[in-house]
Amino acid sequence: MAKQDPEIYYVPEKSRKPILMALAMFLTVFGAATTINHMSGTAIFPIGGYILFAGLVLFVTIMFLWFRTAIMENLAGLNNEQVKQSYVLGMSWFIFSEVMFFFGFFFALAYVRNFAVPWLGGEADLLGTMRQSTHDILWNGLVTQWPLMETPQQAVGGASQQLIANNGEFIGPHASMSFPGWLGLFTWLPLWNTVVLLTSSFTVHIAHLHLKNNDRNKLTVWLGITVLLGITFILLQYIEYHEAYNQYGLTLQSGIYGTTFFMLTGFHGFHVIMGTVILLVMWLRSTIAGHFSPSNHFGFEAASWYWHFVDVVWVCLFIFVYIL
Amino acid sequence: MSESHHPTGIKRWLYTTNHKDIGTLYLWFSFLMFLVGGVMALVIRAELFQPGLQLVEPNFFNQMTTMHGLIMVFGAVMPAFVGLANWMIPLMIGAPDMALPRLNNLSFWILPFAFFMLLSTLFMPGGAPNFGWTFYAPLSTTYAPPSVTYFIFAIHIMGASSILGSINIIATIMGMRAPGMGYMKMPLFVWTWFITAYLLIAVMPVLAGAVTMMLIDIHFGGSFFSAAGGGDPVLFQHIFWFFGHPEVYIMILPAFGVASAIIPTFARKPLFGYHSMVYATASIAFLSFIVWAHHMFTVGMPLVAEGFFMFSTMIIAVPTGVKIFNWVATMWRGSMTFETPMLFAVAFVILFTIGGFSGLMLAIAPADFQYHDTYFVVAHFHYVLVPGAIFGIMAAVYFWLPKWCGKMYDEMMGKVHFWLSFIGLNVTFFPMHFVGLAGMPRRIPDYALQFADFNMISSAGAFLFGFSQVFFLGIVLQTILYGKKARSEVWDNPHGLEWTLPSPPPYHSFTQPPQVTMAHASPR
Repeated sequence: MAKQDPEIYYVPEKSRKPILMALAMFLTVFGAATTINHMSGTAIFPIGGYILFAGLVLFVTIMFLWFRTAIMENLAGLNNEQVKQSYVLGMSWFIFSEVMFFFGFFFALAYVRNFAVPWLGGEADLLGTMRQSTHDILWNGLVTQWPLMETPQQAVGGASQQLIANNGEFIGPHASMSFPGWLGLFTWLPLWNTVVLLTSSFTVHIAHLHLKNNDRNKLTVWLGITVLLGITFILLQYIEYHEAYNQYGLTLQSGIYGTTFFMLTGFHGFHVIMGTVILLVMWLRSTIAGHFSPSNHFGFEAASWYWHFVDVVWVCLFIFVYIL
Repeated sequence: MSESHHPTGIKRWLYTTNHKDIGTLYLWFSFLMFLVGGVMALVIRAELFQPGLQLVEPNFFNQMTTMHGLIMVFGAVMPAFVGLANWMIPLMIGAPDMALPRLNNLSFWILPFAFFMLLSTLFMPGGAPNFGWTFYAPLSTTYAPPSVTYFIFAIHIMGASSILGSINIIATIMGMRAPGMGYMKMPLFVWTWFITAYLLIAVMPVLAGAVTMMLIDIHFGGSFFSAAGGGDPVLFQHIFWFFGHPEVYIMILPAFGVASAIIPTFARKPLFGYHSMVYATASIAFLSFIVWAHHMFTVGMPLVAEGFFMFSTMIIAVPTGVKIFNWVATMWRGSMTFETPMLFAVAFVILFTIGGFSGLMLAIAPADFQYHDTYFVVAHFHYVLVPGAIFGIMAAVYFWLPKWCGKMYDEMMGKVHFWLSFIGLNVTFFPMHFVGLAGMPRRIPDYALQFADFNMISSAGAFLFGFSQVFFLGIVLQTILYGKKARSEVWDNPHGLEWTLPSPPPYHSFTQPPQVTMAHASPR
C-alpha cells in the first residue's frame, strides 16, 4: 500500500483480530466464572481453570499482534492526521471511563463512611438523620468509628447472634493502615508509596521532554527510572498487604474497612502493574527497536497519560483511604 | 486491495471493518434479541392471563422477568441504537467510516458471546438469575443462584462492548466531521448520540464496579452490601441507579434524534428550535446524574434526600417539554404526510409524553409510596421504552431502510404493522396503569381476583404486539428481497448528507471529504 494522501480517507483492511479478541474475552470470563464457582463448590464442570488460561493466553497474544499491527501501520506512514487524532481521542475517553470505574468505588467508600456506618452505630449521618432502631434492635453495641475496627456482627456477639441472614464471618482488624500520627510518619509505608509514585510521574514527564528534544540517551535513563519506581511501588504495596494480612488481621473479609481498602488499593495496584508493563514496553520499543520521534510518539504519550492517571488515583486514595 | 472493497461470504461479516456491515450486524442481532426477550415477555403475559398459577413455577416466572429486562435493555434497545449510529453517523457527517474500525468490530462481536453466556444460565443448575433486571442485593448476593457468577461476567463484557463502542462514536464525531460540518451544524441524531456516548462512557464503568462488588461479596467474603460487616444493601441501589438512571436516557436520547430527523422530513419544514434541542439534550444528560434516588423513595432515605431527588427529577420535565414543544411546532402548519416512519414518529411524540407524565407522577415522593413496585411503574417505563425507544428504532428502520438496501418497503404493509403495534402496545400497557394504581404488585406470578379482567386484556394485547413484530420481520425480508428500487433521495426533499449518496451507498461512503453546504447542514 502506498502512503496515504491526506485528502483521502484511510480505512484499515478487514481483520480477524477483533473477533478473536472477542473470543478471548469470552473464554476468559467464562473460565473465570466457572473457576470461581468451583472454589465456592457450585461449578457446572471442573475445567474452568483451563478455559481461563486459554482465554488469557489468546487475549495477550491478540493484544500483542493488534498493537504490533497498529505500530507497523504508523511506521509505514499509513496514519494520516485524522487517524492519529482518532487514537488520541480514543485514549482520552478510555482514561475517562477508567476514572468513572474508580469513582464507583470511591462512591461506595464515601457512602459507608458517611451514612451506613453511622446508622449502624446509632449516630447521625452526614445529613443529620439517625436510624436509631436499626442500631438498637439489629446491631446493639456497635460503636461508630472509622476505620471500623469491630464489625456489627462482632458487636452483637458473632454470626450466630445476628438477627438478619448470615452471609459470612466478618472479623475486624487489630490495626488499620491509617495515618499513625507524626511520630510514626517515617515508618508509614503509604507515605513512601506516595513519594515513589509522585516522583515517577515527574520522571516520566522529564523523559517525555527529552524525547521531544530527541535526546535518546536521557529518554532511556529517565524512562528506565520511571519503570524502576513503578516496580518499587508494587514491591512496597506487596509488603503492605503482607503486613496487613499477617500482622494487622486486616483482610478482604474483615468488614467494610477491609473490603473497601483492598478493593480500592487492589484495583489501583492492578493499574500500576498494567502501567508499569506499558512503560516497560515503551522503554523496549525506544531502546531496542528505536521507535518514537520528537513529533511522532503517541504510544509513549498515551502510556505517560495513563501513568499520570494512575498517580492521580493514588493521591485520591492517599487522602480518602489513608489520611482522612 | 480490490478484495477488501467487495468482500463476500462469511468472512465479510466475521472480519469486517466496515461501518455499514457492522451496523447491519448490530441491527440483526438486536432484532434477534428483541424476539428472544419478547418470547419471555409472552411467557410472563401467558402466566398472568388468569389469576392463579397455570403455566410456570414462580421461580421460573422470576427468571423470565429478569431475563426479559436484561435482554431488552442490553440486547435489543442498546445494540439497535448502536447499529443505527454505525450506519448513519458516518453518512451524516461525511466520513468514510468510523474512527476506529477494528475496535468497532470488536465492540459488536463481544455481544453474541456475552448473550450466549447470559442465556446459557437458563440451563444451569439452580436456573437463571431470578432477582429482577435491577439485581438488588441481597437477592442477587446472599440469595442468588450459582449462575449469578456468569451473569456478573456477562455484564462485564457487555459493558466493555458499550464503552468501546461509545469511545468509537465520540472519536468519530469529534474527529471525522467533513470540512464545514461544525458542531452546531450536525444533525440532531448525531448530537443525541454524541451525548448518549458520553453518558455510556460515564456510567457503564460504574455498573462494572457494582457487579464487581457483588462478585467480591458473594465469593470472596466482602461486605459491601451486608450490614453484618458494616456495609449496606441500600448502597447497591445507590450505585445501581447512579448507572441506571443515565441508562434510561441512553435508551431514549437517540430516539429523540430519530424523531428530530423524521418529523421535519414529513412536515416539509425545517426543525423548529434546533439550538434549544441541543441544549435540552445536554440538560437532560446533566440532570440524569443527579436524580438517581427517585427509584428508591421507599427505601428509607433521609428526608432532605427525598426532597432533593424529587425536585431534581421534576426539573427534567422542562428540557423534555422543550423537545416535545419543538416537535409539535415543527409539525404546526406543515405539509404533513403520514408515511410509516412519520406514523411511528408521531406516535412516539404522543405516547412518550404519556410515559413522561406518569414519570412525573412517580417523581412525587409522597405519592410514590403508593405507586412503588406496582404495575403503575411497569406501565410507566414500558410507555417510555416501547413507544419511546422501540418506536424510535422502528421509525428509523422504515426511514433509512430504503437508503441502506436501495429498495423501498411496501407502504401498505408498513402501515398495517404500525397500526397493529400501536393498538397492541396500548392494549397491553394502558390497563397496567389501572391495576397498578389499585395496588397490583410487580414481579408476582399470581394476583388478586379483582385484577383479572385488565390482566386478560393486557395479555391479549401483548400477543397482538408480539405477532406484529413477526410481521415486521416479514416486511423487512420482503423489502430486501423483492422491494422496488429506491431513489437516492427516497423521500420528498429530505435534509442531510446521507441523501446525497446513492441508495444503497457505496461500500466506503465518502472516500474524499464532501463539501458541506447550507443545504446539508442543520439548522437549515
